[in-house]
Amino acid sequence: MMDAILLQILNGLDKGSAYALIALGLTLIFGTLGVVNFAHGALFMIGAFCAVTLQRILSLSFDVIDPTQTDFLGNPKKIHTTYLESWLGPDIGNAILDWSVPLAIIFAIPVMILIGFAMERGLIRHFYKRPHADQILVTFGLAIVLQEIVKYFYGANPIPTPAPSAFRGSFDFGAIFGFDPNVIIYPYWRMVYFGFAAVIIAAVFAFLRFTTFGMVVRAGMADRETVGLLGIDIDKRFTLMFGLAAAVAGIAGVMYTPINSPNYHMGMDFLVLSFVVVVVGGMGSLPGAVAAGFLLGILESFASMNEIKSIIPGIDQIIIYLIAIVILLTRPRGLMGRKGVMEE
Amino acid sequence: MGILEVNGVNKRFGGLQALNNVNLSVEENTVHAIIGPNGAGKSTLLNCLIGKLAPDTGSVTFDGKSVLGRKPHEINQMGISRVFQTPEIFGDLTVLENVIIPCFAKRDGSFRLHALESVEDEAGIGERAERMLADVNMLDKRDMHAASLSRGDKRRLEMAMCLVQEPRLLLLDEPTAGMARADTNNTIELLKEIKASRDITMAIIEHDMHVVFSLAERITVLAQGTPLVEDIPANIKGHPKVQEAYLGQAHS
Amino acid sequence: MLGLNKTDTKFLLIVIFLTLATPILLQPFAENSGLAQFNAGYPDLMQRFAIYGIFAIGFNLLFGLTGYLSFGHAAFLGVGSYSAVWMLKLLSMNVLPGILLAMVVSGLFALVIGFISLRRSGIYFSILTLAFAQMSFNLAYSVLTPLTNGETGLQLSLTDPRILDAANTSGSLPVTNLFGAAMSESYKLEFLNRVFTFNVGYYFCAILAIIAFYISLRIFRSPFGLMLRAVKSNQQRMNYTGLAARPYTLAAFVISGMYAGLAGGLLASMDPLAGAERMQWTASGEVVIMTILGGAGTLMGPVLGAGFIKYLENIFSKINEHVLHGWFSWLPDGLQDLVVWIAARFTGEGWHLTLGLMFMLVVIFLPGGLMEGGQRIGKLFRRGREDVPDDGTGNRPKPAPHVAE
Repeated sequence: MMDAILLQILNGLDKGSAYALIALGLTLIFGTLGVVNFAHGALFMIGAFCAVTLQRILSLSFDVIDPTQTDFLGNPKKIHTTYLESWLGPDIGNAILDWSVPLAIIFAIPVMILIGFAMERGLIRHFYKRPHADQILVTFGLAIVLQEIVKYFYGANPIPTPAPSAFRGSFDFGAIFGFDPNVIIYPYWRMVYFGFAAVIIAAVFAFLRFTTFGMVVRAGMADRETVGLLGIDIDKRFTLMFGLAAAVAGIAGVMYTPINSPNYHMGMDFLVLSFVVVVVGGMGSLPGAVAAGFLLGILESFASMNEIKSIIPGIDQIIIYLIAIVILLTRPRGLMGRKGVMEE
Repeated sequence: MGILEVNGVNKRFGGLQALNNVNLSVEENTVHAIIGPNGAGKSTLLNCLIGKLAPDTGSVTFDGKSVLGRKPHEINQMGISRVFQTPEIFGDLTVLENVIIPCFAKRDGSFRLHALESVEDEAGIGERAERMLADVNMLDKRDMHAASLSRGDKRRLEMAMCLVQEPRLLLLDEPTAGMARADTNNTIELLKEIKASRDITMAIIEHDMHVVFSLAERITVLAQGTPLVEDIPANIKGHPKVQEAYLGQAHS
Repeated sequence: MLGLNKTDTKFLLIVIFLTLATPILLQPFAENSGLAQFNAGYPDLMQRFAIYGIFAIGFNLLFGLTGYLSFGHAAFLGVGSYSAVWMLKLLSMNVLPGILLAMVVSGLFALVIGFISLRRSGIYFSILTLAFAQMSFNLAYSVLTPLTNGETGLQLSLTDPRILDAANTSGSLPVTNLFGAAMSESYKLEFLNRVFTFNVGYYFCAILAIIAFYISLRIFRSPFGLMLRAVKSNQQRMNYTGLAARPYTLAAFVISGMYAGLAGGLLASMDPLAGAERMQWTASGEVVIMTILGGAGTLMGPVLGAGFIKYLENIFSKINEHVLHGWFSWLPDGLQDLVVWIAARFTGEGWHLTLGLMFMLVVIFLPGGLMEGGQRIGKLFRRGREDVPDDGTGNRPKPAPHVAE
């Protein structure tokens, strides 16, 4: 029984990590800027496609005619060689290609920050004072637009983006901790993803806690007007904040690609759930968002156990929403919500 | 026996004793002012009267019936109307509609599904609302958006919305807060007219002495959550305890 | 007339006229002219105008009047469709029982969901309704398969009992009807080189849409409607005026859910098929878009929004590169290719891109929707004249629709 529970917790971690990372960004934006951003899932999706793009760039190749070999028609054989291989030699070239997903983080961060800046300056900024419904609707429209653009360039089908070969297999998690072997098999990359999420979350919290920038932002989340009165140019910092949230969503998307091949509507799928996560955690509470993300991810995986499904059929399909409903009715502010956020 | 009876009301917020054994009796058809320095517990007391806060101990009865544990709309249906510090009106609606709504609430109670009737056909209600607007000299503004009124007019409109329900008790929470002198005097005149023209009890919470002494027939002085004195205005003015409360406040 | 004042009666008569004349009005271009593809007088498209019009009118009764933004209204549409198809399977191919059951069932659903969701307001209300709709959607796909037939969707079959109908011996599926008049039946009239199609199904939907519109008009003008606007404006004052807000919002929620159920039942009556995707949150988003685009809180806005979106969807998805090349053939070759390439991104498959952009543009520049746009243009023309009386089309909504908080 212990091993079954452990397995479900592990299974819930990677999805929970993704929920937590997206919810973290949503909360940052909501808490600092007061904007309900329905395009945040699209940022996650764009991050994933940054990984796809890098993979494609790295595998750009040219054909060399090798006269020593012939194909089945007897013609000289054409050999695809990537530029990378020809410049850096086959060993390094292939290794770089193999590691394209983690490398895409370096590529994605500046791209996502730029997209974040552009979004904030070009669109979101003009919606600070508009009602939440308008914010929801305009970012919803933006999400559709971004999604359609990606669909045009990359097609509608999921694009497999493998993890580095070193992380492709699974390992017997249970055996390490003294359970029966072959019961708790866990893919390496999911472990990596969880570790990665933990690092990012810790980094964001440390950033907010220990830097002056972070302190101003936290003060701004608590009371915007006072910070404005102190003569601090909060607007500029909010732009940066938006860039940061976009980058977090983006790299969360990059690293998620080996778990689920990215497609153009993955952002929307995650967004609805992440919003539920934010509300369960408590609008405006960063620890709440993270805790609720993991909690719901793990509960979701528990609910998909056959033992549970046989008692309550269909529970795996609705568990997250059910919890959200119960929490909203019993704790109106969510698990860790602050007073006075989004209420009147 | 007053129309509003407050008996032994206590309210604590953590370590702060906001109300300490408050006893208060408001006689029918009087204007009763509750005054006191900042932090004396005036707002807490008011919130206990209208169901927004529940006192820890004690009772509040209106016309012999307890108001505790009732929702704001139920308390209003008992005959208590409230004027807020910043006027609470329906900003999106027209001035006339603002006054029509309380008329329906008076006639139909807290809920009625009159979905297929027409507001225009409710002649009695429309006329009553218009008469009320005429009483407060706002008939010419009947089709304006309430949000676009001046602050003084918003206050007037709010009074009209309360009065058209013919409440037995009107609670006024600093009705002249933030008003210019001229507006304050207008409000005082309006309240005097209202009082003169009908049977109504008013409880005013106020710290503007000019307003209090122009209107009140009885005054209760509240300090640190306890009623110090209750008397007619003439006796309050020179009362040593009152001066102590105010001056003590100023010195600290 | 009918409990309406003069302006409203005139307004209603115009709406009735426009609705009944739709098969003619939407066929303005001659059959073999290049513009014929912009005609919209096809039965299935006109049926969708009427049905989504009903859906949006109902949504507007909740969102436009009370400001409560529901993100789960598609659930009622889906429930309505399933109920109606079941009636068609079990009882009779006459559409009436199905439509009645659709309204009853969706009304009950709305009562339960509304009772719970309305305990919260603002974005919390939106998320609660979204959660209920997603739950319904997920359940319809999985454990409720015996009721919903899962991914395939609920369909008619030859073995259905249909206890009120005579035995079906034709060997093919029967068609939906109203006391014998088949929904698919059309009368075609050729006139002035145009083909006008008068379809039974459309007129059935149209008459229900007119009734739905009339009821919505009555609600707008009623004390109940006034209370709903009071909820949106200031709930605190409402409570201190002796009114309980929740029964009013719940009544609005149930009425609006029944409108959605009626629309769902009609969809199934026109095409006896019900799938879970009808309940998905994108479908809920669609009715929000229609209402906002047209103008939330106005009477005509939602109908216009629904028609506008369904029309553009239909037209834009039909335009392909071939058609575009035809249009831009007068341009020099290189330029032509470029223009066609750009235009093709927004048409055909790219329709959703256009929808997203349109949506953003409307929210950014025209928060009051098409109705406000129309009024602004109207004002330009009327400038300098006397103050124009209210044309009865709107209740002067605030410039920006907002979430109740």
